[in-house]
Amino acid sequence: MRSLKALAGLALGVSLFATAAVAGEIILNSDQSDPAPKKAMEELIAGFQKANPGITVKWNNFDHEGYKSAIRNFLTADAPDVAAWYAGNRMAPFVKAGLFEDVSDVWKNNDLDSQLKSAAASMTMDGKKWGVPYTYYQWGIYYNKDVYKKVGVTEPKNWTEFVANCEKFKAAGIDCVTTGSKALWPIAGIFDYINMRTNGYEFHMDLTAGKVKWTDPKVKATFAEWAKIIPYTTANHAAIDWQDAATLIVQGKAANYVMGNFSVDTFKKGGMTNDNLGFMIFPEITAGIPRAEEAPTDTFHIPSGAKNKADAKVFLAYVASAEAQTKMNAILGQLPVNNKATAADDPYIKAGFEELSSAYALAQFFDRDAPADMAKAGMEGFQEFMTKPEKIDAILERLQKVADKVYK
Amino acid sequence: MAQATQVGFWKKHQRSLAPWLFLAPGMLMFLIYVIYPIFQSIGISFYEWDGLGPKTYIGLQNYKDLFDDDSFHTSLINNFIWLMLYLLAIPAGLAVALFLNQTVTGIRLYKSLFFFPFVISQVVVGLIFTWFYAPGFGILPHIINFFTGTPTAILADDRYATYGVIAAGLWPQTAYCMILYLTGLNNISADQVEAARMDNAKGLKMLWYIIIPQLRPATFIALVVTVIGALRSFDLISVMTVGGPFGSTRVLSYFMYEQALSEYGTAMGYGAAIAVVLFAIMLVFISMFIVRMLSQERNA
Repeated sequence: MRSLKALAGLALGVSLFATAAVAGEIILNSDQSDPAPKKAMEELIAGFQKANPGITVKWNNFDHEGYKSAIRNFLTADAPDVAAWYAGNRMAPFVKAGLFEDVSDVWKNNDLDSQLKSAAASMTMDGKKWGVPYTYYQWGIYYNKDVYKKVGVTEPKNWTEFVANCEKFKAAGIDCVTTGSKALWPIAGIFDYINMRTNGYEFHMDLTAGKVKWTDPKVKATFAEWAKIIPYTTANHAAIDWQDAATLIVQGKAANYVMGNFSVDTFKKGGMTNDNLGFMIFPEITAGIPRAEEAPTDTFHIPSGAKNKADAKVFLAYVASAEAQTKMNAILGQLPVNNKATAADDPYIKAGFEELSSAYALAQFFDRDAPADMAKAGMEGFQEFMTKPEKIDAILERLQKVADKVYK
Repeated sequence: MAQATQVGFWKKHQRSLAPWLFLAPGMLMFLIYVIYPIFQSIGISFYEWDGLGPKTYIGLQNYKDLFDDDSFHTSLINNFIWLMLYLLAIPAGLAVALFLNQTVTGIRLYKSLFFFPFVISQVVVGLIFTWFYAPGFGILPHIINFFTGTPTAILADDRYATYGVIAAGLWPQTAYCMILYLTGLNNISADQVEAARMDNAKGLKMLWYIIIPQLRPATFIALVVTVIGALRSFDLISVMTVGGPFGSTRVLSYFMYEQALSEYGTAMGYGAAIAVVLFAIMLVFISMFIVRMLSQERNA
């Protein structure tokens, strides 16, 4: 009896070992928990398995927020073969800790240096490539056309006109600008844009990289521009999430929203259509500054602890291909990074394509360009500034104190 | 021969060994999951460590930074406010318990309804209060608007946000204290109440001199759970304000989470230093309670 049990246990052990070592299986960890991204991932995996019959993909889908802390654990403890993450400074800690694999050869062998050119800089660190980008999306101002009509204003040509419009919205009892800062990040978009429009892309990048002080007069100039719209911004922004602020746009209680293109889905679910949901590029503040835009890029990486790196590289090459990116981004409602891919036939995606392809440079977003601790402190500073604009000097001094610690 | 001595050893020491054997599993768990991590945290607090790369020894630098950090001061002050206001749950719980300690039809139902907030998850309590305070569709801003003319959103205002969160926490905590007092009231000696009645004691005098002294054990437990509940407050802050607006509702435990474990925080050493400070504060209260408990046991 006992020997039978032992035999059964042995058999079980062998079979477990065998499944773990099956040739041609890659384990993929990602965070596509929302419906559209989830469907896009399913399509991507199905397409990949069809194109590469020898390889199967085992996909672990994580909750979007939980993934950000989970990745730190599984990269060190039990690394998958492919992991989803973000470009720019956000991947720096993992690259520096040696947790991501150098995939420069995937780029070289598949002509990605030219096809993924727009995102090449944000994937490069120490002269090597650390992953492949598969999608990005534009930021800009989404607005309610009906409200514009009701108040009798037109799309502003520049910042002065934008602020002038705000006064008219206020007179009509409508919030000119809305946002929800409970989760902090939405207001970082406003800061990025005002700073890039006031001081330019290079200055903004130097600031997020710690090369310029927060107490610099040019930073103060940015906040002076921001202060102009604060009286016209939704007062209770600190208590609401970004979706709640989107509702204000849908209900016509607010006019403009600085947001990413993923919000179109939320606006449309609220009942807006292509006819009354407007999109514009953030207006010019300092005349003559080359126009830079926000385009956060989502990426796939191979952890250095991966067991099946050869097949993982095949997967990365597939994700980078024009065909895969066309299909995937059509479902995501976002822009493909590969310049041979075609963007979907949708007014907002088309507008985004125009906006980004004609831009002077692309930023990743404040919390991806700046190191995590700086980003957190910065966004809290923005939130405090929006509530108490008069305390700006104290806020900037505090941010510089944090910066001294973060960038030392 | 060998067997004989073995049996002899067990026989001889059975009485002294058995309790330790029974305690062993619990003590082992306590050692691994409580004692060891405490010393590990203290160890990590002397290093600069992002949780991934190599550790660098920096001595007391984390603690020095901590005392120079405005967020730490805010957290400490908020912890103090939590501690003070949370104590209100004790008299409130007593009041509800006295009110419910009567025999009327359906009293069991009322008791369970009052106990309900303690049974549901803190996350649900947080959500209910967030909606209650929410600008736009919550009822409180409308009430405030009616009286003052401005619809204040409690959780968006750094002056009121902490108090708003504490109010949400008091709801289940009052229910907890109530249940402690209700069981206490069951054990009130009827003789003493009878005797007091004969001596013409009534109302508040009866409460103060006869009932409350007999509720001492319940009060002690209520105090312990309330103080510890106040110091480890985390879930409500996480659900209701995420530490905001601009960090004004942080307490030490949330601050530690933000610094060491959240999306934007990877400072393990700094987080460990905060944990050590929080542990030291708790230790003061815990030792106070233990000393009291021991002296009571000795007197009994």
